Amino acid sequence: MASVTFDKATRLYPGSTKPAVDSIDLQVADGEFLVLVGPSGCGKSTSLRMLAGLEEVNDGNIFIGDRNVTDVPPKDRDIAMVFQNYALYPHMTVAENMGFALKIAGVNKDERAERVLEAAKLLDLEPYLSRKPKALSGGQRQRVAMGRAIVRQPQVFLMDEPLSNLDAKLRVQTRTQIASLQRRLGVTTVYVTHDQTEALTMGDRIAVLKDGVLQQVGSPRDLYEKPQNVFVAGFIGSPAMNLFSSDMADGGVKFGSSVVNLDRKFLQAAHGSKITVGVRPEDVIVSTTPGDGLEIEVDLVEELGADGYLYGHATTQGGERTDIVARVDGRLHPHAGEKVYLLPQPGHLHAFDAETGVRLNDAAAIG
Amino acid sequence: MAGTLNITAATVDPALLDLPWHIPLGTWPSENIATLPKGISRHLVRFANMSGYVVAIKETTDEMAKGEYEMLRVLQRLEIPCVEPVAVITNRLDEDGKPLMSVLVTRHLKFSLPYRALFSQTLRPDTATRLADALAVLLVRLHIIGFFWGDVSLSNTLFRRDAGAFAAYLVDAETGKLYNGGLSNGQRENDLEIARVNIAGELMDLAAGGHVDEDLDPVETSERIVAQYRMLWRELTGSEQFATSERWRISERVNRLNALGFDIEELAIRTVESGAQVHIQPKVVDAGHHSRRLLRLTGLDAQENQARRLLNDLDSYTARYNKQDLDEEQVAHEWLARVFEPVVRAIPRDLRGKLEPAEIFHQLLEHRWYMSQQQSRDIPLAEAVTAYVNDILRHRRDEATVIGSPPTGALPAVTDTIPVTGQIPVTADEEEDWRTKV
Repeated sequence: MASVTFDKATRLYPGSTKPAVDSIDLQVADGEFLVLVGPSGCGKSTSLRMLAGLEEVNDGNIFIGDRNVTDVPPKDRDIAMVFQNYALYPHMTVAENMGFALKIAGVNKDERAERVLEAAKLLDLEPYLSRKPKALSGGQRQRVAMGRAIVRQPQVFLMDEPLSNLDAKLRVQTRTQIASLQRRLGVTTVYVTHDQTEALTMGDRIAVLKDGVLQQVGSPRDLYEKPQNVFVAGFIGSPAMNLFSSDMADGGVKFGSSVVNLDRKFLQAAHGSKITVGVRPEDVIVSTTPGDGLEIEVDLVEELGADGYLYGHATTQGGERTDIVARVDGRLHPHAGEKVYLLPQPGHLHAFDAETGVRLNDAAAIG
Repeated sequence: MAGTLNITAATVDPALLDLPWHIPLGTWPSENIATLPKGISRHLVRFANMSGYVVAIKETTDEMAKGEYEMLRVLQRLEIPCVEPVAVITNRLDEDGKPLMSVLVTRHLKFSLPYRALFSQTLRPDTATRLADALAVLLVRLHIIGFFWGDVSLSNTLFRRDAGAFAAYLVDAETGKLYNGGLSNGQRENDLEIARVNIAGELMDLAAGGHVDEDLDPVETSERIVAQYRMLWRELTGSEQFATSERWRISERVNRLNALGFDIEELAIRTVESGAQVHIQPKVVDAGHHSRRLLRLTGLDAQENQARRLLNDLDSYTARYNKQDLDEEQVAHEWLARVFEPVVRAIPRDLRGKLEPAEIFHQLLEHRWYMSQQQSRDIPLAEAVTAYVNDILRHRRDEATVIGSPPTGALPAVTDTIPVTGQIPVTADEEEDWRTKV
């Protein structure tokens, strides 16, 4: 097992002036599960393919452990792309299905058997080793295919949107399986997805990319509680954080006629007279008393049992319309057409520079 | 419920609407199902009869069906041998209004066979080698246009007989991606490694089922594709440099590529070292040298090696009757009318589904040569045709669409790591071998 390091790694496609991956610095610790996440075209798959050796690295280096693999062919990198293209062979036993790639690689029979047994134990497949795939359940077959990657004992597992073809239910189920298996194996894993929920639920750490540039790396909690810029703030979390531009006031920012406190040093650091403020839908106080914050006209309330989501809109000072989402009680909540007033819960205001989008306050909790 | 069905197709065949889209593919009634041999597939794939031809239907996700449909259309435009996409059908609902998986419909290639149908009892080493060679050609062609396959395997390929060799067709483009800027060496190497592992796995699987010849070494055969691929890639894309006085090497290179079945559309030539050396590199190459020439001369559409064979016969016809001075097209026309067409017409109608006409012609020439060797005399064409039809062709199975009796339940399909639905299609392990049915 090994760590993975992107050292100012850059990928510039021929004929393009803007790098698809721009000087990325990223360290994945030994045994860590790192998720690369971002919208389509952000460079996450390109980054993974650079690590796999499928994309040229135009500048910078990539290391697996201490070894510089920048110019090493894919098959010599000791990595395994998991969950791609695995078909199980009907005439071969489970053990043969798991071990045949080792046979091709010239691994001797005893070692093959040993590694297959070891993987089978991990995957709870030991009793089935001499059976044919046909005799297995769906879940067991999945595990046999995982076993194919595991017996190779690679330094790093790479997974590129492995769940994208599954229906919603199976996706949730499989994502839990992958995460728990990775933890049992302790193999360094780099996982690509466009789905922030997948990223939050699976990764030890998450790296958010946009336009080929690394935006932030951190634990799911870091990203959720202290997004470093407006992009990460809007991308991580579902429903997304409410983000809108707000006028500065003495000692804070305006929410309608109310002022929400914000430390002066953060206000002073901001460019211009406005601040982009962010409040997560779950971090709001919704009041029916006029003047208690930003006025919202309720468009719709979606009831989800205990909770509900209020969808409405506010008109900010400039006359701009801003859509707002707020979590409300599932039973006692305002109704469409009514007016409500919104403030962030104390300590849950995110403040960003309106010009650069960079976070101003230390952490939401300080607010 | 059919009202909600959404069909995407370049030209919609009304017969598509007659298929029972409101039923999960796995439980389609047998009257809709055609039994054809096929490779190992991750998704449920079944064949259905549709107004005079056979279509392959694959159940998959919306996104994948649409993606693969578009990809196959692009590959077709780029003249890559692949299956013909017919339609994508989404918004399927069963009778209770519950959603069913989307499907991709492709047209079955006439006379194409999956590798498992290319041998009757056991796979011989030379057949396996020819399969690997055909796949190597296909892979090189795909890589030249910038297509990364991602799942190169015998199962994802269909084969057509091609004058003793095989021509490979891409069947599964699900994992593929086209890169406009071309592929990196890493991507090519990765595809090649995938090919090597998959082919070895597929052959080991056949071996485990007792379907390969004892002399066949799966690993060795799988390494063959790597060697063939590298040789072809070098010939097709490699640059060379030689002294200006050795300019004949340009035409030698062109001839070598022609012999491999490729034409050079664009060759970059520049002089270096102040004119003492010439540096050449093929920029655009195009497969199908012989089949294009045959098409131009005779209007016949044949596979590359079949075309080569037919052209050879045309050449010997030209020589035998001293027609070298005549216009090539004119002689070709004559050969077509006097040699090729009479042979095709001589094949009894009920035997025409056995093989493609060009393949029949090739086999006939082989048979005539064999008869001549045995009897130490020239065999007239008419005599050879009669002997070939009675001794050989009549005893072959039909390959136009290899059809057997309908199976019960799902057709052989092996699963991926992750099933696309909760239900995984059943593998074909101990089920009756379809080969016994054809």
